[in-house]
Order: sequence, then C-alpha cells, then structure tokens
Amino acid sequence: MTNEKLKELIISKIPDAEFPEGEMQFLNVIIKPDDLHPLSILLRNNPETNFDYLFCMTALDYPTHFFTVYHMTSSQSTFSFVVKVKIEDKETPAVDTVSDIWKTAEFLEREVFDLFGIKFNNHPDLRRILLEDDWVGFPLRKDYTDEANIVEL
Amino acid sequence: MNFSIYDFTGFVSSVDLWLRSNFPPLVADLTGFVIIAICFLTFVTLLGLSLVYIERKVCAFFQQRLGPMRVGFWGTAQTIADIIKLIFKEPLITKNSDKFLFNLAAFIVIVAPIMAIAAVPFAKGLHVLDFDIGLFFITAISSIGVTGILLAGWSSNNKYSLIGAMRSGAQIVSYELSVVLSLLTIIVLTGSLQLSVIIESQRDGWWIFKGNIPAVIAFFIFIIASTAESNRGPFDMAEAESELTAGFHTEYSGIKFAFFFLAEYINLFIIAAVGATVFFGGWMPLHIGNFEFFNNVMDFIPPIVWFFGKISMLIFLIMWFKWTFPRLRIDQLLTLEWKYLLPINLINLLLMSLVALNGWHF
Amino acid sequence: MTIPDYKNDLTIIDESKPETQEYFINMGPQHPSTHGVLRLLLTLDGENLKKVEPHLGFIHRSIEKMCEKDSYQQIVHLTDRMDYLSCHINNEAVCLCVEAGLQMEVPERVKVIRTIIDELNRLSSHQLWWGVMGMDLGAITTFLYGFRDRELITDIFEETCGARLTMNYNVPGGLMFDIHPNFQKRTKDFITYFRKKLPEYDDLLSNNIIFTERTKGIGYLSKEDAISFGVTGPTGRASGFACDVRKRFPYSAYDRVDFKEIIYTEGDCFARYKARIDEMWESMKIIEQLIDNIPEGEYKEKTKAVIKLPEGEYYQRVETARGELGVYIVSDNKKSPYRVKFRSPGFSNLSALDTMARGNKIADLVATMSTLDLVIPDIDR
Repeated sequence: MTNEKLKELIISKIPDAEFPEGEMQFLNVIIKPDDLHPLSILLRNNPETNFDYLFCMTALDYPTHFFTVYHMTSSQSTFSFVVKVKIEDKETPAVDTVSDIWKTAEFLEREVFDLFGIKFNNHPDLRRILLEDDWVGFPLRKDYTDEANIVEL
Repeated sequence: MNFSIYDFTGFVSSVDLWLRSNFPPLVADLTGFVIIAICFLTFVTLLGLSLVYIERKVCAFFQQRLGPMRVGFWGTAQTIADIIKLIFKEPLITKNSDKFLFNLAAFIVIVAPIMAIAAVPFAKGLHVLDFDIGLFFITAISSIGVTGILLAGWSSNNKYSLIGAMRSGAQIVSYELSVVLSLLTIIVLTGSLQLSVIIESQRDGWWIFKGNIPAVIAFFIFIIASTAESNRGPFDMAEAESELTAGFHTEYSGIKFAFFFLAEYINLFIIAAVGATVFFGGWMPLHIGNFEFFNNVMDFIPPIVWFFGKISMLIFLIMWFKWTFPRLRIDQLLTLEWKYLLPINLINLLLMSLVALNGWHF
Repeated sequence: MTIPDYKNDLTIIDESKPETQEYFINMGPQHPSTHGVLRLLLTLDGENLKKVEPHLGFIHRSIEKMCEKDSYQQIVHLTDRMDYLSCHINNEAVCLCVEAGLQMEVPERVKVIRTIIDELNRLSSHQLWWGVMGMDLGAITTFLYGFRDRELITDIFEETCGARLTMNYNVPGGLMFDIHPNFQKRTKDFITYFRKKLPEYDDLLSNNIIFTERTKGIGYLSKEDAISFGVTGPTGRASGFACDVRKRFPYSAYDRVDFKEIIYTEGDCFARYKARIDEMWESMKIIEQLIDNIPEGEYKEKTKAVIKLPEGEYYQRVETARGELGVYIVSDNKKSPYRVKFRSPGFSNLSALDTMARGNKIADLVATMSTLDLVIPDIDR
C-alpha cells in the first residue's frame, strides 16, 4: 500500500476528503464526522488496506474545532495512516463510534469523552473512565480552568 | 516419686495417688482436671508460638533470607512481641455483622483443636485420653473446626469471607474422607482404634515399613489430604490471600485473629501427631524385628524425643509444600479429591485388607 | 451534558420479595493482586465470572495536561512516573520523538547504550513480573527469587546514573552522563550469573504441575481479539500477533542486533508466561551482542537550552516491557507542546481483560491479570 493508492481509494469513497500538504510522518486525511464510520469500515475490510489495528486514538482541541485523531495500521504491514475527523460544533461535539470496528476504541473513546467531552454516538457504554463520575468539565480542553489544582506559570 | 524420662506411667500415677490420699475424691478429680487443663493450655500456647517462629524461619530459608532477626537472639522473641501486639489491638467488629456468631466462631475454631490434642499420646504414660476410639475421637473433634470457619465467613458480612467459607466447607468435608480412609488402611492391620494399642503394635517396626506398599500409598494420601484439611498451602483456598484478601478471617483483628492463627498451627501439630502415631509408631523408637542390639540402642533415646522428632519431620515436610507450590484452584482441588485420591484410597484399602488377610506384611 | 450513572449501581434488596440476584464483588481498589489501585467490579455466578468491569483512574495525574505546560526536557521526567518498571524505555520514547522533530542524529554510542539499558530494564521488569506472578498463584517463594536477581540490575542502574527505579537517564539529544567505567564488566557478570539462574525459574514454576494446570487454557485471547483490542507486548505475541516494535519499526540499535520475536499461538496464560520467560533469554542475547561493541564518542549531542519543535505532528513508538508505547506530540513551535498523547500499552491490554476472564473462575482472573503484567500508573497516567 502506498500513499497515492490510498488517496485514490479514499477519494473514490469520500470526494471531499482533505489531504493536508507538507512534510508528514504518516499520510493524514481530514474528513467530516459523518464520513468516519463508512470510511473506517472500508479501511478495515478492504483486503488491500486491512487496517485492523487501531494503535492510537485521541482528540485535539483547537479554538474553532475539535479533531479526533485515529492512528491505524495493519497487523501484516508497517504502513500507518492517520484519520482526523474535524468537528466544527464546539458546543455539543459528537462523532460516531468506531468501537464496533476496533474493540480497543471502546476504552479509548471513553477516555476522549472523559477528557474532551466529545460524545460518541452508539457507543455501548459511554461514561467517564479516568475521572470521577461527578467531575465538572473536561480537563484536556484548552479553556478548562481549575484554580485549585492547576498552577499557572 | 519415681520419675523416669523413659516411662511417665509411674510419675503420673504417683501424682494421682498423692492427690487422692490428701483430698476428698471430688476435689482430687477436679484438681487433676485443672492441672491437666493448665498443662495443656500452656503447652498449646508455647506450641503455637514456637511453630509460628519455626514457620517463619523455615519459610525464610526457603526464600534465601534470614527471617526475623531483631527481637531476641535470632528473633526468638519475635512471636511473643507479636502476641503482645495482638492482645492490645482493638477487636473491631464490622457494623452489620452477626456479633454473637462472629465472636463464637473464633472460639469454636480454637477449642476444637485443643480438645483433640487431649487424645494425643506424647510418651509412654503421658497420655490423657486413652479410650478405645481414640483415633476416631481426634478426627471427629478436629473437624468441628470447620463449623467455626463457616460461621466466621457467614457472620462477617463480607463477600470475600463468604466465598472463603464456602470454599473451605467444600474442601474440608471432601478431604475428611481421604484422611479417615487412609488412616483406616492402617487400622486394618492394628485392629484397634485405641492409640496406645496402635503404638504398641509397632514395637517390632513402624507400620510405614511393615505395612508393605499399601501403607506407603496411604501415608502419601494422608499427608496430602490432611494438609488440605488444615487449609494450608498449596490448598489454602479458604484464605487465598491473593484472591480473597484473607478469606474467612478478613474481618477479624486482634486476639480473635490470633485465635485463627493459633488454631492453624495447633491443627498442624495434630496432623503431624496423628501421622506420626499411625505411620511412624508415635513415641515408639525405631525397632527392627528381633534385632535386639539395635533395638536396645534405639531405646536409649527417650520416647518423648522420638515423638517430637517425628512430628518435627512431618511439620517440616508440610511447610516445605507450602513454601514451594502454587495454590490449586477450587475445582481442581475437588477433582483431585473425588476423582483421584478417593478411588485410589478405596482400592488401597482393599489391597491392604488382602495383605492383612494373607499376612503379606512384615 | 449529563453525567452518566453507574450502570451496575446496587439496588436495595427488598426482602419481602425473594429473588435471585447477581453477586457483585468489588476487587480493589486495595487488593493484593490488582498490583496497585485498580478496581474491578466482578459479577459472579458462584465462583464463575459473568463479567469483569475495570474502573480506572485512582492515580490519574493528568500527565498529558501537565505536558502542555512543560518544556520538552521536563516531559521526559514525567514519563518514568507512568510505567515505572520500564522507565528508561518510556524516557527514550519522548527523547526519540523530540530528536525526530529536531531532525537530530544522536551519536552511535548513545544508541547502543540506550539499547543495552532498555534490555536491562526489560529484564528487571520481567523478573519482577515473574516473582509477582508466582505470588499471585500462591507460591510466595518466587517473589523473593525474582527480587534477588532484580537487585543486581538495579545496582547496575544505581552505579550508572544514581537512581534505581525512576532513572531519568535519557535527555533529548543523548544521555545525562556517560556510563560508569564498571558498567560493561558488571553487566557481563550479571549476564553470566543470570544465564545460570533463569533455568531455576523454570524448575520452580514452569515445570510445576499445579502451575501448568492453573495457567494452561486459562484466559484465552484469540489473535483477532488481540489485534482488535490493540493488545501488544508479550501478551499480544502470546496470541500470535506479531507486534514487536523492535522488529517492525526498529529504533536505537535494534536494527543491528540479532534476536528472535517470540510468538506463541495458544493465547492462554501459559503462553503469555512462556513468552516473557523466552523474552528474557532474547534480552540477554541482545545485551551480549552489544556490550563489547559500545562505540567511542560523545554521550550527548548538544541541544539548545530551550527546545522548540517545528510546527507539526510527531509520533514515536517503542517497545516497553508491557507492549507498544506511543508518544504523539503536536507542536505549534512553542517551548512546550500543544498536545501530548501517550498511547500506553497497559490501557489497551486491560481493555481485553473482560474478554479473557469471562466464564473463568475468580482464581483464574488473578492468573490472567498477572499475565497481563499491569502497572497501574501506566494505565491511569
């Protein structure tokens, strides 16, 4: 699998997928929240890509949008690929779950929900994982303040 | 007063005679009971303390370390210090536990082995209860202890304790069978349950040597089953410290915890004593048939030394298991008993009967 | 957004209406075999497990948030508080990531020393795991044996950098100091000693019938599940998932040493156990290949006092004793990163616990957990 072939494959499925320019360690693609689940199924089940190993999943908080970032690779090859989902809605961010495709996503999505407050639709058991259930706020957001526990330098 | 280290009969009867000649019969009897009770309680306490110390040292040597070294010479006073600490500790009782049963359980657990120890023959004449069902009495009484464990687990109102107690109930009831059957294999040869008769029958050699192969098999089954019956590793499912924190005695503290602890070691002693009595001739020195010279040399060593020597060997063996093997799982434990030990035991009993009938033993 | 309730909140039992209920046990947060503060909510049917639900976060320190305020040199010191048993490997992950961002080539000497200490670190972690594994199964003696041999490695570490557990030996650009003159000799002595002692481990546990009965066929994890759950390290390789980062994405000096990737296909506790034991042999092989060939040179490449990574994203993975550790740094060209994510191996490995343990007994759960080799700070971060 090469970057070009993968690009073609994704564009054939999702025409408005963005491929950021510049020097990157892995090939990145930026898609809309609705496209994530179909694309994941495609990448997971396509015999050429066969991305069956989601090795990292996290989120990024930017002033205007969220990214959820999925690092994936195949257990047969060393080719890695990054899917970024751009969530424009800062008030009630939500994206479809991929825990039915990669089981590890169940815990990783709970962590993202816990620390970023991004909701995952259809997640089997979405609740806080690291923090207490009655915690207020989402600590890894950039606008999170906690005067008692965070010392500003 | 004729005192001899080889035969306590004279000493004991002279004490008895003195009591009866100086006091009315009722007072004499009562005084006798009290003296015996005090002797046993002292003995049991000392035994518990020393066995705890021995266990820690043995364990330490298996683990390539020194064990307790700070309190007293080579840490000999360590267990005494521990007991003092346990006595002064607050006896905590959890809020919703059944307080009566909770307290009762600790006493049942400690009383059962103390009663059983009364029937143990220490040396010639040093034997409190010597009636014709001696062996039966020991096994019956010492299995009362399981009631205490079940009560402790139930009354603690703790889920770990309850699981521990359930396991322990299943385990002790199962392994009781194998213990009794393996002892029965030797009873076929002795023809009596009376402990003094069993010992006397080994005057020309111990049953483990005389009883042919079935006796050896019976001994191995006995040592496995009795380790399991006393809840010691590798069969310590009821405590299973890495699974159930401390099993049935999780909620006990202070002196009541000490009772559980002490009961385990007294049980260990009783097992070793029964094993030594039935398979290794109790206090009887090592005799070989009519080899007079050898027998006389062996007789020179006092019976009480023989008895405690044999017990020490057996206790060391049981401790060796504990500090070497991983723990079994509860279903494996029951499989071992019902699918392997029990059938082997029954066949072994049949074999021994054939041996006894045909006189194939020595 | 509302905060969800506990799903398995215990309801008050109405005694007037007797009905069968599920039996819950809280294993932890303080429990001897959870190896730290991990809480498992077990749903039981007798002794059989119907469900295992991990509750994490008791020592969550939000290291990722702290990283957003710290300089890159400081981040390195936070990482060995995650997986303290493979602290050097954790440090290395961040250092490699920063070095890749700076496009800096570290001296050969650094690469070799890092690799040797990585493997010593892996050995010491596996020794501790072996001891604890025995203890979890009730053989307390193994604990002391494991620690006896581990002590010698921590002594080497102490002489090298002054610390025994959280070493902080790596810095971006190289190492904090050069190795001690005794380092090579002591390491070689240790390898000679441990080659004799490792068969003892087999005598005590691997060949013990009770141990094999307790572990064979227990806690099964299929290859598909292992990949799907992202279970890596010896745990994943025991299920047949070839996930060794040292082979797949070589870093430091792993591209020039000859070692075998241990793969078992059974996927049970015993396979995981054997995978770790075999990995100890391989680690010793790696150290032996490198210890006499440490190249001369600088132990550190000069870096600026304030490191600023160019804008972009950097991902670096290393193989810790527990599995694949990933460091994901998003930089916006400031002195501290915009976002750091640690993909910790324990977190993913733990997520497969329910699948492995379901249907087994409580005692099997203990065995399964100890073969997962969990380090709780690594999971909670």
